[in-house]
Amino acid sequence: MLDIERMVINMTGAQALIKVLEQNKTTTIFGYPGAANGPIYDELSKSTIKHILTRQEQGAAHAASGYARVTGKVGVCMATSGPGATNLITGIATAYMDSIPIVAITGQVSTQEIGRDVFQEVDITGATAPFCKHNYLVKDANKLVKIVNEAFYIASTGRPGPVLIDIPIDIQQKEISFLQDFKPDIRGYKPTYEGHGLQIKKIIKAIQHAQRPVICAGGGVIASNASQELLAIAEKVGIPIVTTLMGISAFPATHTLYLGMIGSHGVYAANKAVANADLLIVMGARAGDRATAQADKFARQAQIVHIDIDPAEIGKNLGANIPIVGDVKTILTQMLKHITISYKQEWTDNVVRWKQENAKKDSAKKDAPYVSPQYVLNVLSQLTKGEAIVTTEVGQNQIWAANNYKPTVPGYFLTSGGLGTMGYGLPAAIGAKLGAPDKEVITISGDGSFQMNMQELATIKQWGADVKILLFNNARLGMVRELQKMRFKSNYYATTLDGNPDFVKIAAAYDIPAEKVVQNAAVEETLKRALAYNGSYLIEFSIDPEESTL
Amino acid sequence: MAKHTLAVLVENHAGVLSRVAGLFSRRGFNIDSLAVGVTEDPNISRMTIVVDGDDYTVEQVNKQLNKLIDVIKIRQLDGSDSVTRELALVKVNANSNTRSEIIQIVDIFRAKIVDVSKNTLTIEMTGPGSKIAALEDMLKQFGIKEMVRTGTVAIERGNQVIRTEGSEG
Ligand SMILES: Cc1ncc(C[n+]2csc(CCOP(=O)(O)OP(=O)(O)O)c2C)c(N)n1
Ligand SMILES: [Mg+2]
Repeated sequence: MLDIERMVINMTGAQALIKVLEQNKTTTIFGYPGAANGPIYDELSKSTIKHILTRQEQGAAHAASGYARVTGKVGVCMATSGPGATNLITGIATAYMDSIPIVAITGQVSTQEIGRDVFQEVDITGATAPFCKHNYLVKDANKLVKIVNEAFYIASTGRPGPVLIDIPIDIQQKEISFLQDFKPDIRGYKPTYEGHGLQIKKIIKAIQHAQRPVICAGGGVIASNASQELLAIAEKVGIPIVTTLMGISAFPATHTLYLGMIGSHGVYAANKAVANADLLIVMGARAGDRATAQADKFARQAQIVHIDIDPAEIGKNLGANIPIVGDVKTILTQMLKHITISYKQEWTDNVVRWKQENAKKDSAKKDAPYVSPQYVLNVLSQLTKGEAIVTTEVGQNQIWAANNYKPTVPGYFLTSGGLGTMGYGLPAAIGAKLGAPDKEVITISGDGSFQMNMQELATIKQWGADVKILLFNNARLGMVRELQKMRFKSNYYATTLDGNPDFVKIAAAYDIPAEKVVQNAAVEETLKRALAYNGSYLIEFSIDPEESTL
Repeated sequence: MAKHTLAVLVENHAGVLSRVAGLFSRRGFNIDSLAVGVTEDPNISRMTIVVDGDDYTVEQVNKQLNKLIDVIKIRQLDGSDSVTRELALVKVNANSNTRSEIIQIVDIFRAKIVDVSKNTLTIEMTGPGSKIAALEDMLKQFGIKEMVRTGTVAIERGNQVIRTEGSEG
């Protein structure tokens, strides 16, 4: 029998691109066409890959991110040259800061024209270099297949991240011979997975000696799929878990040992545990400024273990007593083999007490003139058992969601942690829904953020992406207003959203059923109605502009 | 702050220099000098980067450079265990009164005169940066019209070599 896959076949660059995308298991692409990626779209139309037309390229990049986060695959987005490419930028930077594997493919003007400022030419590899894991400008059509394979490999291995491939139109049209090239071997890129044995021994010893250990889980725990191992260690030794914003959902939020998010917008028990810890094990987290508040005052009593796959993160923000480079899952597995430590009962009892002492009593008054966002999120947690995929926007809505929604499935809490990109939540939810069509997908939104990418309601409609939208409307850029209150003597400026549309009508314009809820009494039944509805649904909640995150 | 010399092997293709330079400016690292050229392997270029900074900075420079896919290998060179050279061309004012004095200085520094005109001398000098600075200092009195330096290149002494995996000798 002929092995067709191994034969050299002549085809165009665009054909080769689609073929190699298929070989990399791409089944969905989020994108937007134009002149400079015309040949790619022509070929795409003939392929089995599903193309999801968003309404702005930024939406395509965020959707690819949401898709990647729930499927564990590389998300793929596409745009034309010039303005198409620049519209992708915010999405690429967002993915970069949160280490999300996406491959972005842009069309480019023809190779002979590059550098002459021709129509819709922009140096997108130059522009994105600072916030891409890597990028390529394809100048030789014969290298296209190799480059695409490398891009997928780089995006998804080591510390994941976005990779951009810029393909001039003549390269898309050029006849090449398609050669299989499956195993990228890049001499300048060899991520470390296995942890150093000696360091592992040191960590175990430190845990043995510690009386007040705490684990801080970051997004890396989710990226390396290490939640099970984390749970095993926590329960075996009795170590309370705190997370960064990106680490939320790495550990079941309903678990006794879970304290919540740390940092300037975190919760009391989590911060108190870190402040009192004598051993802090930071894993898959860069210990960013939002998490540590002040690095020099962070976990001052603690010996610090830092586990990260990116060597550059170790020592960058946080001095570590025991640094270890490698994949969190691999290292936890290595550790679990050797750990025989008795449960730290006294410490966990203490910590759990702090948590209970400060559990906010549900103060949601049934007849208050506004809805309590915390109450909404608590009810949502109960109704979904924390099993829904939840995305957030940025602002107070994000912090309320982070501190009140209780996710129980690893990786099902999607938020823009590093860049704090308003407009992430809606398109990310669309991507998540298309990646996991059987799951309930809910986006927690703010009235400001929602309007950043509101056009994607059309994407929901066109592709039947059944996303539930919970919109917290405080008629304000609430988070910035809160900042103005605390730091600028309540000098409220440019934070009132007086021009807000009627969101219920906006949804209706896209055939999305919608309701407005103004009292806590109506929250539960409305949520139930939305969740039971087979299709997208929008609920607008009236939120008191004075409601704060603290 | 101390100066540190890094030898960096990179893929020899377009865009690598801008990635490296971009990384320095983006992360606020100070480059003292950067010299680049192809190596014995035409696919690989070697950069010699002199960085100004404390230990934390140099460690970060090292790690961040390593993250660039096109960077193959980095080694920090120990000053005493490596040969460091820079080339400078200096054009100084010279007339019949000063010419012989300049030539004397050039001789002492084991530099070379590479061009002469009625009122200038052009001097080529190779050596460690400090020696070039000393020559410059001596020539100032005559009036330096123009000076150009390559930036430092450096190589380890003895048997040690920096090669990519697989070709390690
Ligand atoms: C693209 C973008 N622009 C500006 C900001 C700064 N910013 C952070 S939170 C916020 C307000 C968000 O308003 P809204 O979505 O209504 O959320 P709320 O805080 O009211 O819940 C702003 C403007 C940002 N994070 N992202
Ligand atoms: Mg708002």
